[in-house]
Amino acid sequence: MFIRVCVCALRRQRALKPGQSLYRALLETLELTNTKLTLQLINDNNKVRLLLELYRLQGNMTRVKINELKPLKPRFEVPDVLINDPPTELMAWLSGSGDENGVVLSLGADSQRLIVSAKPFRLDIMEGREVLLSLNSRGLLTAKEDGMWEETFKSHTDNKPNGPSSISLDFSLPGVEHVYGIPEHADSLKLKTTDGGDPYRLFNLDVFQYELFNPMALYGAIPVMLSHSAQRTMGIFWLNAAETWVDISSNTAGKTVLGQMLDYVQGSSETPQTDVRWISESGIIDVFIMLGPTPTDVFSQYASLTGTQAFPPLSALAYHQCRWNYNDQEDVAAVDQGFDEHDIPYDFIWLDIEHTDGKRYFTWDPHKFPQPKDMLQGLIDKRRKMVAIVDPHIKVDSSYKIHNEIRSKGFYVKNKDGGDYEGWCWPGNSGYPDFTNPEMRAWWASMFAYDQYEGSMENMYTWNDMNEPSVFNGPEVTMHKDALHGTWENRDLHNLYGLYVQMATAEGLIERSGGVERPFVLTRAFFAGSQRYGAVWTGDNTADWDHLKISIPMCLSLGLVGVSFCGADVGGFFKSPSTELLVRWYQTGAYQPFFRAHAHLDTPRREPWLFGPENTALIREAVRQRYALLPYWYQLFYHAHHSGQPVMRPLWVEYTQDTATFSVDDQFLLGEDLLVHPVTEEGAKGVTAYLPGKGEVWFDVHTFQKHNGAQNLYIPVTISSIPVFQRGGSIIPRKARVRRSSSCMEHDPYTLFVALSPKRFAQGELYIDDGHTFNFDKQKQFIHRRLSFANNALSSRNLAPGSQFITPSWIEKIVILGASKPSKATLKTPGEFFPESLLEFEFDASMSVLTLRKPGVNAGVDWTVVLQ
Amino acid sequence: MSCALLLLLMSLALAMGTGAAVEIQRPRGVPLSSEQFYEENKPFTCLDGSSTIPFDRINDDYCDCRDGSDEPGTAACPNGSFHCTNAGFRPAFIPSSRINDGICDCCDTTDEYNSGATCQNTCREMGRKERESLQIMAEITKEGFMLKQQLIHEAKRGQEDKQGKLTELQGSKKGLEEKVEALRTVKETAEDPEKEAKERHLKSWEEQKELIRMEKDKTRMAEAFLELDDDADGYVSVAELQSHLELDPDSDGSLTETETQVRCLSSSSTLFLPLKSREEFLSHYQSLICDPEFIWICRNLEKEIGFDFGPSAEFAYLYSQCYELSTSEYIYRLCPFNRVSQKPKFGGSETNLGLWGQWAGPEDSLYSVMKYDHGQGCWQGPNRSTTVKLTCGKETVVTSTSEPSRCEYLMEFTTPAVCQEPASLDEVLQGHTEL
Repeated sequence: MFIRVCVCALRRQRALKPGQSLYRALLETLELTNTKLTLQLINDNNKVRLLLELYRLQGNMTRVKINELKPLKPRFEVPDVLINDPPTELMAWLSGSGDENGVVLSLGADSQRLIVSAKPFRLDIMEGREVLLSLNSRGLLTAKEDGMWEETFKSHTDNKPNGPSSISLDFSLPGVEHVYGIPEHADSLKLKTTDGGDPYRLFNLDVFQYELFNPMALYGAIPVMLSHSAQRTMGIFWLNAAETWVDISSNTAGKTVLGQMLDYVQGSSETPQTDVRWISESGIIDVFIMLGPTPTDVFSQYASLTGTQAFPPLSALAYHQCRWNYNDQEDVAAVDQGFDEHDIPYDFIWLDIEHTDGKRYFTWDPHKFPQPKDMLQGLIDKRRKMVAIVDPHIKVDSSYKIHNEIRSKGFYVKNKDGGDYEGWCWPGNSGYPDFTNPEMRAWWASMFAYDQYEGSMENMYTWNDMNEPSVFNGPEVTMHKDALHGTWENRDLHNLYGLYVQMATAEGLIERSGGVERPFVLTRAFFAGSQRYGAVWTGDNTADWDHLKISIPMCLSLGLVGVSFCGADVGGFFKSPSTELLVRWYQTGAYQPFFRAHAHLDTPRREPWLFGPENTALIREAVRQRYALLPYWYQLFYHAHHSGQPVMRPLWVEYTQDTATFSVDDQFLLGEDLLVHPVTEEGAKGVTAYLPGKGEVWFDVHTFQKHNGAQNLYIPVTISSIPVFQRGGSIIPRKARVRRSSSCMEHDPYTLFVALSPKRFAQGELYIDDGHTFNFDKQKQFIHRRLSFANNALSSRNLAPGSQFITPSWIEKIVILGASKPSKATLKTPGEFFPESLLEFEFDASMSVLTLRKPGVNAGVDWTVVLQ
Repeated sequence: MSCALLLLLMSLALAMGTGAAVEIQRPRGVPLSSEQFYEENKPFTCLDGSSTIPFDRINDDYCDCRDGSDEPGTAACPNGSFHCTNAGFRPAFIPSSRINDGICDCCDTTDEYNSGATCQNTCREMGRKERESLQIMAEITKEGFMLKQQLIHEAKRGQEDKQGKLTELQGSKKGLEEKVEALRTVKETAEDPEKEAKERHLKSWEEQKELIRMEKDKTRMAEAFLELDDDADGYVSVAELQSHLELDPDSDGSLTETETQVRCLSSSSTLFLPLKSREEFLSHYQSLICDPEFIWICRNLEKEIGFDFGPSAEFAYLYSQCYELSTSEYIYRLCPFNRVSQKPKFGGSETNLGLWGQWAGPEDSLYSVMKYDHGQGCWQGPNRSTTVKLTCGKETVVTSTSEPSRCEYLMEFTTPAVCQEPASLDEVLQGHTEL
């Protein structure tokens, strides 16, 4: 159900058509220090003056801030999202350029220039002779325009005590036909033009049964857009936490392929161009232009601003079993036992809201969960874990400790009249703690201490749901915009609330362990920067095939803007999946970052063994594939944490020149080495996958069959698996001994899958640490190895000389795909007691697979295997 | 090389019938029954025959056999299994992925020989507990089974009573029928003036029944037929009458078409009677087929006799009984072969959790589960239904209820009627121990 955008600010803003800018730059006000340019702009109609600040940031970025020069009331500037004050770089006048209507500045070292035009006001960023991006080229900059002071949504009246405050700015991207990002929307990976339709809306909402292929707002908002062409990748980060809309138009969107070709042949075409307009209801314009030029650069640039993905405990990358609700301790024990009886691994079992005493979070239902520690100990004994939900709405109940403390400390969000804001949610009448208040967050974090959160133990982690926040009787099921967080209205910072909830919760889990253990917190609402605090899921989806399909672009879009730890409810939350859909969803979810089955209270039970032995076996196999691949997942997350590179990637991120990949969103890459094409059609007999890379090869991981790159390949499928390919030229570590939980596999040996490129080369990595503490970071306790195959020798070398960690794990087997038969294989381990030994091997000539038997060498040392 | 696990042989003292202790050796994780395949220092052929490997590759922590048979004592093979002897308790196979995973699976601790996990040997304790509970179960089963015999006996007697009653009722019906016959004679002599027409009708009825059905406009027939049956739907009433077994004169359980015709004729013929005789006939006739109490008793008896109360009708005693369980919030009520319901303890109306559906146990024990469905509908969900699991007990009592899925209830119910003939206790205990 799409609640139509009914905000007059938007209507008014969209009514403004592109044309000459209302604003003119007052060049005489221009000041340039080494690192900062300031300039006043004036609206000649109403004489309102704006102040523009422009910074050149290190790492090839430009930041533009525009605020009122003399605001009646200060405007909100988003705190706590940037990880630091971004370091600047020198800017300089470009001598001999400029005239009475403009100036030219040099930007950084890459022959980039910034052109400031006075009338009409616009900014152009150029590199060489090319315009990379223009601001206000369509004259849509607005701030402080006339408008209504009061508006009504359904029965809710918004008084807007500060008057209309919306802002807007447009960006033109010459040469760009593909833009991505701005999650969360249930839409294709490539963003669509919004001409004649609704804009993409960013406003965190608890949406009941969301619609697909729709720009409607969902649970989270990350105002970051990426543009990509074969020449360059760039990003626009619009740092504003108010309700935001994004309009996209393109001069090529309406043209047919034939029309575009004719243009090209006749040379008459205008350059393709995408125009983007951002509108926010309040706050200031604060925009970061990330100039790439490669996708990797944009990811690093964005990471340098907002931080990287939290490095999760390894077990959080394994399988999660959830349901609303596991009814009581006996139920939890029975489900746990069911996994062992059916030999299906799992790491986490989840408790939804019914586990609490009357939806009072941090408590337990005394009848259903009388001995939570016994239950948790039972899971510890199986080396498994639990997640219990803690939502941010607090039952208004004078016998509830949490409520009393928040009330007495004045930590609740206030209504516009200064009283505690109250709304309806699961417990009935509820208060909403003001998570924007750092004291409140510190107090909240302290509530996770073992002596505060009764019944909690070290293997219990947290799920933050309903943190948009959801207010059942609020406008659009969320908080009134005039509710007050200190002196700021919810209107100004609405999209930040969910981030703060997860931030405070993650901090609580870190504190309770004395700063030793990595936290794991799942959130539904999010904002730019949420990646630092844990995982995100795509909310309350539905058990149908299209929802399985949409999980791919939804998580890809999140990955592009920093949030790698993404997943969709396996099986679908609402309704009941057919057995085939459930199996296909497990097969897909096993290759998506956050792998959790979940189901609505009203649906029949769907634990993996309830659909007959054949389907149990299919699901078991899907989950086992996940567990075997955990070393690779963990390594990808290490990189996401270390450098901000997404775990789940669109093809174009790795094949930047191949236009055939630019719109692909029915398949994806994990890292750069695995290509996954889920089966998302009922009764499918085959899928057509695009294997990218001219001159490259891909190996089917199930059959080891080799296929050439740069082709559309039809792959027949059965219900037993989905197509997954390993890139020729890569080495992927697996653990073949799948056990009942990832912790049980900690010390198990590795199998290395070496897929040779046509030039008989391959490269990969192996990352190992304790799997759950911060020691990898604080004490450099980890192993990071470079594995490479060249000149018929496979070797392991240290990638992190400053690190140290001891693992009992060893190399069990090496499988080389695309190999030829050697006459002998020698293992060399310098410094060991036997520095050389011969390895036995098997060679499968039909598939060119060479299997080296039991090298047995420790995974943390230097070694080489030479084939002769 | 951390993986250098050489062949590990296990030694154990096997108490033989003679009492002499003989030491046998076999690779770790191999059950006694497969020991013969693992001949020391001879090449080992995988149990599926897929390949043959040197003996020192058994349990060397590398999987060589596709069936996992070379690594019975390590976790190297994804499809292997490990045998724990569990002396004092029950031997077991566990998936080899549970070897040295830090979790004690075998009560004799043999699965965790290299993981650092500290496991206690609990076999003796578990054996003792199991023997105790088996003993208790055996006693319950024994008593329950005796009760069951009684139930069967009572059910048999009850069934006979009911059958007798039914027969009696059907007998009185027969008496009435004889009276009908007598009346028919009275009627026949009383209707001379119309005899010709009636005979014409009778003849036509028998000879041209099909013609009447197909060609209702045959004039000679129409005259008589219309006199008998204005709307010409006598055939519908044949069908109706056939469905009423209480009209079955020869009590063979079905009404033949001939019998039906006689009835139709009898009733139709009453139209020809002089007023007084006709009323007398009708009143007796009505008492035969239309007395509601008569019909009700007959139907109920037939329904009850027709219920599937188990192979020996041992569940018959539950019929028309109800059993309650009180929880913190609700009172649950099970009325076997009828319905299940739930009533809030502190006010509120009763909710129907399902009506008797059928026996729903697995093939080998159909009578261990009852299914009640088509209960009250759930919002956005299915109709409520209840699965009742029956276990052997001396008492007939509902022991627990739960709602594993929304609107799908599960009830545990004990009754002597499911108690199986007990094996002798010695046999039971024997079956659960080895060595």
